[in-house]
Amino acid sequence: MMMSGLLKKNVGRAVFRRGLASEVAPAAPKMKTFKIYRWSPDKPAEKPKLQEFQVDLNNCGPMILDALLKIKDEQDATLTLRRSCREGICGSCAMNIGGRNTLACLCKIDPDTSKQTKIYPLPHMYIVKDLVPDLTQFYQQYKSVQPYLQRKSVPEDGKENLQSIADRKKLDGLYECILCACCSTACPSYWWNQEQYLGPAVLMQAYRWLVDSRDQASTMRKEMLQNSMSLYRCHTIMNCTRTCPKGLNPGKAIAEIKKALATD
Amino acid sequence: MLSLGLNKPLMWAKPLKMMTRRMVSTAKTTVSEQESILVAQRKNRPVSPHLTIYQPQLTWYLSSLHRISGVVLGLGFFTATIAFGVSTVFGLGLTTNNLAKWYHEKVPTWMDWTAKASGAYLLTFHFGNGIRHLIWDTGRALSLKGVYTTGYAVLAVMVIAGTSILTW
Repeated sequence: MMMSGLLKKNVGRAVFRRGLASEVAPAAPKMKTFKIYRWSPDKPAEKPKLQEFQVDLNNCGPMILDALLKIKDEQDATLTLRRSCREGICGSCAMNIGGRNTLACLCKIDPDTSKQTKIYPLPHMYIVKDLVPDLTQFYQQYKSVQPYLQRKSVPEDGKENLQSIADRKKLDGLYECILCACCSTACPSYWWNQEQYLGPAVLMQAYRWLVDSRDQASTMRKEMLQNSMSLYRCHTIMNCTRTCPKGLNPGKAIAEIKKALATD
Repeated sequence: MLSLGLNKPLMWAKPLKMMTRRMVSTAKTTVSEQESILVAQRKNRPVSPHLTIYQPQLTWYLSSLHRISGVVLGLGFFTATIAFGVSTVFGLGLTTNNLAKWYHEKVPTWMDWTAKASGAYLLTFHFGNGIRHLIWDTGRALSLKGVYTTGYAVLAVMVIAGTSILTW
């Protein structure tokens, strides 16, 4: 061997070198099984199925998204998913991992290789392909709550709509929502009534504009929610808060809207 | 071959890649054609699985138990009261006395226990969880921690109060 020759020739250097760097023993492969929901619009007659993939965790990043991209790169390029920022700020990679909705980029792979990890798209959504749900309705609902500042008067100084620190504080925990739809698609009420019920994500944004001290359209905003379906299909199940990958609390926001409407 | 360096994959990869790229042609579509493709695809889209694959969590399990207990208790209550009402109107002779007699003579022990146990536990759960909902309606205990502590508290109430009613 070359190595032994080197050792004999230059023992001192070799010992020195060994003292600093230890040789990496080839690690035993840690094969993890992922079962991933597959459906293709090119073969609409074929029913959706779970496809099994094996990934060696020794040369894979720590997150579910790393494993998915590794599978797409190395095993099956037809695997379809949305992803963008890989750091939990874009909300693209929202999916159902191990039974709960979360962002694939923020969800660690369970290192226990004896357990399989099942990955489904967001629950009770129309599927475009594989892990990609059709979010058209979700975005339309967001649009319907008019998520922008509405004022009848211009600011006094002609420049800025000022807000006290206390009023600004009311928006904390609301404005951080990235609209990944994890909470809405975790909500059984949204599963059964998504044509009419707005769902936790959109309702939290409705509340974000209701409590904004700079907004002057609260009467109209409340009137839009004052019916049996838009808001009141919320039965305080609280799956939304349980699943939010950003640690926000849509359930609380909905309860605050209900309180505001009740005392109107 | 070797001296020319043709065994290196790089030499082949580039023209091969270009060839494959050329063979995969993209079809040009107009906006209206795209729209019709989209409409055709939308007709076939499956609904992703939901109830059967979602992780068991205290949140939605207690919520469904609340609904189920409400329905069962309601059915029991309304069946009994409507039966008495109908019997009085049409003179069918249903009284508490002969209902009790039928129950003691005809209903087997296991059915007796099942009815009483479900009555006791479902009632105490529904009552406790109803109070939990009233607390929530005031905006309190709506954090994740609040949801879980009140949830386990309601389950504890169900076990203790239900058992005491059952064995009373």
